[in-house]
Amino acid sequence: MSVLVFVEAANGKIKKAGFEGVTYAKNTADQLSNSVTAIVFGNADAAEVSSLGEYGATKVLHAKGDVFNNLDAGAFTSAVAAAVEKENADVIIFPFDNSGKAIAPRLSAKLKAGLVSGALSYPTTSGGFKVKKNVFSGKAIAEVEITTAKKIIAFTPNSVGAHKASGSASVEDFAPSVNASKIKLLEVKKQEGDIPLPEAELVVSAGRGMKGPENWAPVEELAKVLGAATACSRPVADAHWRPHHEHVGQTGIAIRPNLYIAIGISGAIQHLAGVNQSKVIVVINNDAEAPFFKAADYGVLGDAFQIVPKLVEAVKKFKASQN
Amino acid sequence: MNILVCISQVPDTTSKIAFTDGNTKFDTNGVQYIVNPSDEWYALVRALELKEGGGGIVTIITVGNADVDPVIRKALAIGADDAVRINSDAKDSYYVAAQIAEYAKTKSFDLIITGNQTIDFNNAEVGGMIAELIGWDYITPCNKLEVNGNVCKIESEVAGSTRVLEAPTPLVISAAKGMAEARIPNMRGIMAARTKPITVVEPAAVSPQVKINVFELPPAKAGVKMIDPENMDELVKLLHTEAKVI
Ligand SMILES: Cc1cc2nc3c(=O)[nH]c(=O)nc-3n(C[C@H](O)[C@H](O)[C@H](O)COP(=O)(O)OP(=O)(O)OC[C@H]3O[C@@H](n4cnc5c(N)ncnc54)[C@H](O)[C@@H]3O)c2cc1C
Ligand SMILES: Nc1ncnc2c1ncn2[C@@H]1O[C@H](COP(=O)(O)O)[C@@H](O)[C@H]1O
Repeated sequence: MSVLVFVEAANGKIKKAGFEGVTYAKNTADQLSNSVTAIVFGNADAAEVSSLGEYGATKVLHAKGDVFNNLDAGAFTSAVAAAVEKENADVIIFPFDNSGKAIAPRLSAKLKAGLVSGALSYPTTSGGFKVKKNVFSGKAIAEVEITTAKKIIAFTPNSVGAHKASGSASVEDFAPSVNASKIKLLEVKKQEGDIPLPEAELVVSAGRGMKGPENWAPVEELAKVLGAATACSRPVADAHWRPHHEHVGQTGIAIRPNLYIAIGISGAIQHLAGVNQSKVIVVINNDAEAPFFKAADYGVLGDAFQIVPKLVEAVKKFKASQN
Repeated sequence: MNILVCISQVPDTTSKIAFTDGNTKFDTNGVQYIVNPSDEWYALVRALELKEGGGGIVTIITVGNADVDPVIRKALAIGADDAVRINSDAKDSYYVAAQIAEYAKTKSFDLIITGNQTIDFNNAEVGGMIAELIGWDYITPCNKLEVNGNVCKIESEVAGSTRVLEAPTPLVISAAKGMAEARIPNMRGIMAARTKPITVVEPAAVSPQVKINVFELPPAKAGVKMIDPENMDELVKLLHTEAKVI
């Protein structure tokens, strides 16, 4: 028996969620006295691939084939299913990111394996296989029990972290036979901004309090000096002040960074739904009654146009002192 | 285009979240229900736009008991042609997907559109499961959709980039922000919705695969620490030494 974990690589490197996934799989496998096999998609150099061993994988299948180039969820599902069979896996782990969302549900239906998406912590396996997940956009947590023989978990990225174990992995190429895809990838357009928001550890976000798109320079500068991604509230995206992929909240994307700085955002419940899982929240707002302060760890009451440039200077000073 | 739009009833976004029966059941007391925002704003409205542009029929489907009829009427008021209700509680995602797949197999839809995620269980599961169960391709998230004959051109935003994809129908897609703009039903739509048919179909025998044992509320925040706006060095110091996030 084994625990299989889905890992993605791009540009020669394993994605961050991959190491976290192996960590998640290792904990699960230890509870079940199983071993961890990772299935890696995408191009990664040999050293990167075998480094998964340091996180607890004993075997790595490096999936190869042009069929994966079109990013067809069906092709990935068939390949993972082939690996499940080869490895006799009874638990399969995915990150709950776009890839996990595309593939894990298909695999669940294919293998009749119960799926829990958005797991917040490791499963418990004695007295039923149970996993805690977010529900109601972070306003509650549910304990879900998987009642099928095979089980799939899609874990929330940045929830358990990546931890090194000791060990090493054997690596083999894996070329399962997968049907040709009908989906064609025509183009990949890079979005502006260096750090993709869903993966960012630090996020600087701003709302209608900024008054207009012409006032975003200090927000962007703060993001730049921190090495953070930028985000915004829904009305800001709707008014096209900012690109809509920056829209966070119940109807935008949900994020879980280590630090979320909210500037001129009131903290409506639909906004909080997308950011309330952040580890630390800083709120900058000139209204002491803004609901966001109730959800914040640190608050600064005052005019963002005064405060943000000061914060930029303070961060610069701090960064300089660190070098 | 013959389009099936999957809609889910969810508590209004401002609902108070509480539980009863030893935290095993969602407390529905005083809760208002709405159509899940991505189902309504993006999936349904884009389907209607495609129909308006090129003809066809837009059918909505939901798995739920008779309590969900008011929400079905709302979706009909926005402009769906007809509605199907699979007469059962939504036991889990697999159960829901299997019911919808069973129904879809008996018809000839070109496109099945789901929302990308419900705001109650946040699963993002049903669309992919339907696709697997009926053997169609699946694209998620779908932020833009154009249809030309039987070819769909889709923009899908994933971390840091936008993928432009082309896929033939039949296809399952999950709709997200950008696909369309929300529509408010007008009086004519609301009147028309009253007489549109809701076809009630009895569920197929399907075993759910997961069950919720118990709910809990997340741990409360310790409370906000206010920082002097003149002293941003202090904030940076706390973020470094106390919060340890920079
Ligand atoms: C079904 C539904 C789904 C929704 N989904 C989302 C979602 O996903 N994401 C989302 O963000 N919203 C969502 N909303 C909208 C949400 O309810 C709020 O309307 C929105 O979040 C408000 O955006 P805001 O905070 O930028 O603007 P406002 O509410 O206008 O707040 C602006 C804030 O800026 C402060 N401010 C003004 N000037 C200054 C200054 N000089 N310095 C400092 N502070 C200042 C004000 O005190 C105020 O608190 C949704 C709503 C509905 C009904
Ligand atoms: N009970 C249901 N009936 C019909 N469609 C549903 C139901 N539940 C979920 N869906 C659809 O599946 C999408 C994803 O739901 P979920 O997997 O629960 O996040 C929703 O946005 C709906 O389009």
